[in-house]
Amino acid sequence: MSLFSSISEVFKGFKSLLVGMRITAGQAVKPTITVQYPHQTLKMPDRFRGHLELTIDPATGQTKCTACGLCVRACPSDCIDLDGLKKEGEKRKSVSKYEQNFTQCSLCGCCVDACPSDAIQYSKDYNVVSFNRDDFGKMDLFRKAEIKKQDWLKAHPQPPAPVVPPPPTTPAAPAPAPEQKQP
Amino acid sequence: MMKFLTIEPVRVLLYLVGIIAFTAANAAYLVLAERKGAGRIQRRPGPNEAGWAGILQPVADGIKLLAKQVMVPPGTDSLLFRAAPLMVMAPPLLCLAVIPFGDTIVACNLNIGLLFVFSFGSINVMALMLGGWASRNKFAIISSARVVSQNVAYEIPMLLVVITMLMVTGTMNLGEIVRQQAGGFWHWNLLKVWVNPFMPVTFIIFFICMLAETNRAPFDMAEAESELVAGAFTEYGGMGFGVFFMAEYANIVVGCSLATILFLGGWQSPIGVLSGGWFGAAWFLVKLYALIFTVIWIRWTFPRTQFYSLLNLSWKILIPVSLVTLLLTGVMMKIL
Repeated sequence: MSLFSSISEVFKGFKSLLVGMRITAGQAVKPTITVQYPHQTLKMPDRFRGHLELTIDPATGQTKCTACGLCVRACPSDCIDLDGLKKEGEKRKSVSKYEQNFTQCSLCGCCVDACPSDAIQYSKDYNVVSFNRDDFGKMDLFRKAEIKKQDWLKAHPQPPAPVVPPPPTTPAAPAPAPEQKQP
Repeated sequence: MMKFLTIEPVRVLLYLVGIIAFTAANAAYLVLAERKGAGRIQRRPGPNEAGWAGILQPVADGIKLLAKQVMVPPGTDSLLFRAAPLMVMAPPLLCLAVIPFGDTIVACNLNIGLLFVFSFGSINVMALMLGGWASRNKFAIISSARVVSQNVAYEIPMLLVVITMLMVTGTMNLGEIVRQQAGGFWHWNLLKVWVNPFMPVTFIIFFICMLAETNRAPFDMAEAESELVAGAFTEYGGMGFGVFFMAEYANIVVGCSLATILFLGGWQSPIGVLSGGWFGAAWFLVKLYALIFTVIWIRWTFPRTQFYSLLNLSWKILIPVSLVTLLLTGVMMKIL
C-alpha cells in the first residue's frame, strides 16, 4: 500500500466517523417512540389473538351464543366446554357455561370460524396472569361475559322492554333490535 | 466575612469540599446524562421513573450499591483489592486542584500544573491494573493487560501533543496557558494556525487519546462487557464497583477540562463579551460540558474497536502524525 493511498484511507475513515455522528445526532433530535407500558398501552391490532370471549349483542346486551356446540366439535385441542339452557319466553337456547382450557388452546381459530352466530371472538386482553392454575385451565368465559353484560346495562340505564314495543327512550340502542330479529 | 474566606486554611478547606462535591455530583449525574443521551440517540426517553424526569435515578443507584455487600473473594490479594478503588478515585480529585475554573478560581496555582495532571493521571492505569490483577480472575487479568498496553500506546501521542502545546505556550501553568488565549475564539490554541497549520488535528489527536486514556468507548477495552464480563471490575460488587464507575466519569471531567484549557481557551469568552469572574467559570463549564457530551455522543455512535486496530491506530497513525506536528511546530517557531 502506497503512502498516499493509506493517507487517503485515513481521511475516508475520519469522514465516515463524522457521517456516523451526524446520523446519531439526527436520531437524537427526533421525538422518542417509547410507549411507557404500565401508564400507556398500545391498541391491539384487529388480528390479535388472545383468549376467547363471548360477544355481547350491542342491541340487546345479551350473549349471542346459542350453545350449539359447533365450536366444541371444531376444536382440535378439545379445550372448550360449554352448556346451554332454554330460558322461558325465548325461542333459542342461551349459553349457561362456557369454559376454555387456555393451557391447551393453540389459538388456531377453528372455533371462531365454526361459530354460526359470531358469538365468540378473540379478546384483546393480554394482561392475563394468575397464581391459580384453574384460572387458565378452566377459564370461565361465561362469568366474563356476565361482567360485560353488567357494563352494558350501566351504559344503557333503561334497557328496552322486549315484550310490548313502547316508544324507545334511547333511539340509537333499541332501533336496530327488531331489524336483527327479523331474519 | 470575605476576609475570613481568604484565610489560607479556610480557603483550602472550601476548595477541598468544593472539588469533592463537584466530582461527586459530576460522577453521579453524568451517569444519568449518559443514560439519557443513550436513550435520546436510540429514540427512547431513558430513565424517567425516579423523580421528575429521572432526576433521582443516581440517588436510587447509589442507595442500591451502598446496600450491597462488599465482598472480597477468597484467594485475592485483599489489600490491593481494597486499595484499587481508592487509587482510581484519588487522581482525578488531585488533578482538579490545579485546574483553573476561572481567572481566580483555582485551588492551587501550580507552575507545573500540566505536568502534575499527567503524572497523577497515569496512576489511574496502575489502579485498574492492580484491581484486575488482585481480583484473581482471568477476565480481570486479560483486561489489566489490555489497559496497560492501551495506555502505553496512547500516552505517547498524547504527550507528543502536549509537548507541542508546551512549545507553543512556553509554560506549564494552566492559568497562564489560558491567559495567553485571551481575546476571542480566533486566539484559542485550537485555531492558532499561524503557529502550526495542523493545530485542529492536534486537538483531535488529543481528544482521541483522552478517550483512550479514560477507557471510554470506542476504546473501552478495560470494561469490554461483551467479551470480558466487566473487565477489571469483574470481581467488584457494591460500592467498589460504583467507585470505579464514578472514577471513569471523574477522569472524563479532568480530561475534558484539560482539553478545554489547552485548546478551547479555558474561561475565556469566545467573542469577548461577558468575560471575567463568574462569567469565566460559566464559559469554562459550557465548554467542558460540550466536550463531555461529545464524549457521550461518540460512545453511543461507534462500536468498540478490535484490540489490534486500536493499537494500529495509535502506532501507525496518531504517533506519526503527532510527531510531524511536533516537528512542524518546531520548524515554524524557528523560522517565524
